[in-house]
Amino acid sequence: MARTLINLPRTARRGEVIEIRTLIQHVMETGYRPGADGVVVPRDIVTRFTCLYNNEEVFSAELAPAIAANPFLSFSVVAAESGILAFTWSGDNGFEQTETRSLTVT
Amino acid sequence: MSWPSSLRSGIERRALGAGLLAVALLRPARAERSGLHEAILAFTGGAEPAEGQVTLEIPPLVENGNTVPVTIAVESPMTEEAHVRRIALFNERNPQPNVVTARLGPRAGRARLATRMRLATSQRLVAVAEMSDGRFRSASADVIVTLAACVEG
Repeated sequence: MARTLINLPRTARRGEVIEIRTLIQHVMETGYRPGADGVVVPRDIVTRFTCLYNNEEVFSAELAPAIAANPFLSFSVVAAESGILAFTWSGDNGFEQTETRSLTVT
Repeated sequence: MSWPSSLRSGIERRALGAGLLAVALLRPARAERSGLHEAILAFTGGAEPAEGQVTLEIPPLVENGNTVPVTIAVESPMTEEAHVRRIALFNERNPQPNVVTARLGPRAGRARLATRMRLATSQRLVAVAEMSDGRFRSASADVIVTLAACVEG
């Protein structure tokens, strides 16, 4: 399991726009870089990130090798109702990881 | 027959100067790689995006191309009727023109996206946003990189 950092408020007022910042530990090997032996290291990146808010997709992103190692993404969502936000990163070599956070809307 | 050396060096110098001038004149003012434009057209489905409504924030002078913060914001009320559907970022001189393509909607509340990218060299970046009415808007920025990504391995 890769380490992740997810930053979002625990509570929010209904209708408030909250900012979410996410980061996951990942090498994001571009597939263009030669290794120590001179042979190009095969690509190993996170290709897709999604954020589900109570099982409804509110944000997703397709990532290319031009994204820096340990991909950071910041975006916002409207706090509509209390529930669960699920963050999923998937990528090369069958990489997939999901983290969830709960949000209380008052 | 031999030229006096001072005269010959003068001729050579003039020839060199003319050559440099020709190179400078032949080089197009904005030498944009075709890969960038093709990638933008692939994203927009052939439409030319219009400048404006989008802001692309990136440091103009970057010391380390391995991780460069970049923020794209689009002016939009983000309602059901008028919102941003997709935001994409493209680069000119990395091995691939795409950087990130995000899909969002009215539930995002604000059309703003921040990430960190790699820059292989000094180049131009273009952000394109797809609006809910099908129009495309864009913004571009030029970046100077002193230490490129991928150099130190």
